[in-house]
Amino acid sequence: MNAGTLSTPEEPKAGKAHTRFGDRAFSGLATAAGLTILVVLAGVAIFLLSEAWPAITAPVADLPNGENLVKYIWPLVFGTLISSAIAIVIAVPMAVAVALFTSHLAPKAISMSVSYLVDLLAAIPSIIYGIWGIAVLGPASVPVTQWLADNLGFIPLFEGPASTTGRTMLVAGMVLALMILPIVSAVAREVFQQTPKGLQESALALGATRWEMIRMVVLPFGRSAVVAGSMLGLGRALGETMAVTIILSVSGIVTFNLISSENPSTIAANIALQFPESSGLDVNVLIATGLVLFAITLAVNMVARAIISRREASGER
Amino acid sequence: MNLTNTKKEIEMADVEAGSSDAILEPPKPSAEARQVHAQAKRIDAEKLNIYYGDFLAVRDVTVSIQPNKVTALIGSSGCGKSTFLRSLNRMHELIDGAHVEGKVLLDGTDIYAPSMDPVLVRQQIGMVFQQPNPFPTMSIYENTAAGLRLNRKKMKKVEMDTIVEKSLRGAHLWEEVKDRLNKPASGLSGGQQQRLCIARATAIEPEVLLMDEPCSALDPIATLAIEDLINELKKRFTIVIVTHNMQQAARASDYTGFFNIEKSGDPGVLIEIDDTEKIFSNPSLKETEDYVSGRFG
Ligand SMILES: Nc1ncnc2c1ncn2[C@@H]1O[C@H](COP(=O)(O)OP(=O)(O)O)[C@@H](O)[C@H]1O
Ligand SMILES: [Mg+2]
Repeated sequence: MNAGTLSTPEEPKAGKAHTRFGDRAFSGLATAAGLTILVVLAGVAIFLLSEAWPAITAPVADLPNGENLVKYIWPLVFGTLISSAIAIVIAVPMAVAVALFTSHLAPKAISMSVSYLVDLLAAIPSIIYGIWGIAVLGPASVPVTQWLADNLGFIPLFEGPASTTGRTMLVAGMVLALMILPIVSAVAREVFQQTPKGLQESALALGATRWEMIRMVVLPFGRSAVVAGSMLGLGRALGETMAVTIILSVSGIVTFNLISSENPSTIAANIALQFPESSGLDVNVLIATGLVLFAITLAVNMVARAIISRREASGER
Repeated sequence: MNLTNTKKEIEMADVEAGSSDAILEPPKPSAEARQVHAQAKRIDAEKLNIYYGDFLAVRDVTVSIQPNKVTALIGSSGCGKSTFLRSLNRMHELIDGAHVEGKVLLDGTDIYAPSMDPVLVRQQIGMVFQQPNPFPTMSIYENTAAGLRLNRKKMKKVEMDTIVEKSLRGAHLWEEVKDRLNKPASGLSGGQQQRLCIARATAIEPEVLLMDEPCSALDPIATLAIEDLINELKKRFTIVIVTHNMQQAARASDYTGFFNIEKSGDPGVLIEIDDTEKIFSNPSLKETEDYVSGRFG
């Protein structure tokens, strides 16, 4: 596209034609890109469905361990959801705090280096997180989980008996939280920084303290960004494989007990562990679990979108 | 912080001193006139130098701003009107490296004294900005009540309703919005939004209201509505308004101060302040005359 001729006044006609051509080319490209995404998405869905179909329709006796398919998938779904839930519960408040610190509270020099360090967390490969989790965080968590089991054992989450290795759902969730912290805080920081100066000054001019100003103006302004960032993080946590595979000691049970050595696995970790040794119908079963994971992430995204657009529609942001 | 007492003392001192002959002292209203609306406070700047880092933006301002009067600040763009205005309620220091030297007295109390909390200063000296900027996530009601929520957290609903209505009436906005108080403020026109910002600023009953070109983003009709409003507001508040519109200064103010700048890069200086009528008909300085008669800037 020859942008130079667009504004040449001597050639209004040619300019117009070029504009039209440029517009058409651009909208064509954009449409093509959009369609490609749809096709890929549909392709993945069709692949998953067709490969999962034999497992879905197979008689129970033929399935691994002679188990009902739902019975097989449910602990995995549960493990996936609970590890991601822990990750979100820990990561989102931390990410918002870090984002506020770097965008509004810290002096410039400190804020730059803190943001840089947090962004670096995203560059660490997940296998390293896994090794760190099992070698450092896990053992370090043992005294804490022991204390939780002794003192807060009446809460089902901390029922115990506490794992002696630290290979628990809680540790897996904490590692996931660290892994998604950078993306959530980066999205939040970007938007917090864009809070209009005029609004911030208006709040301060009303006699708001810095913190009151943040609550009054910055957080409402960035709320949908925090939701969107959290959903991105949740997407990553749901699909995270390596770290969870390494950390969790798996026994396929369904429990809210986060600190024992008996844990459900997650869908992604289970596929990673089982796939190399599977053949025949077992592979179809694993793909069926993949289909469920796909459906969950899709649902998460749609819910996020719904939340954001409802806020926009009601005039809030 | 015993402002009430100080205020009385200052008033007495003024009465005794009679009209001072300092150049930058506009003639004082009679003691009687002052008593009628004795609630608002006066501002005295003393030898005020205002900096952005090392850059001296406004030099050596000594001026008295009279209570319950409208003082307009005029001058070409970049001569430090906004900078001066923002130094009167400690908004200036929010900018990195920005600081002031000298004193700003609110009824005799130095707002830059080390013991003064800028947050409390800003509660007493409110501000309206150039761009109408109601909080977009809040309703009209919430916007008006925003400052109340901050300052007096445990207020009863009825009490708050009363203040919100009073503030919106005071901002000549009540009739237009009373049926949609819970709708987002973003649905209002620019002029209505600016009046909402005035309601928001006045709801916490400040002593002084600073306005930085409050009409420059508005159409002429909305501008006149705000000027009417300013005339009402001075019964309750001391008003300082920056404007680039000289008709506005002439129409809406009691006193007018002229900021001048020798050449770009020099600090702005408040070279003359007097009765608005005098500034526009017979100013003492040639620079002022050139500016108001349009021969300059
Ligand atoms: N945030 C800032 N940082 C540095 N210099 C500034 C800043 N704001 C204004 N100035 C400078 O201060 C001087 C006065 O500006 P300002 O008070 O905005 O003028 P006015 O309101 O009269 O147009 C100008 O030279 C301007 O460049
Ligand atoms: Mg200005």
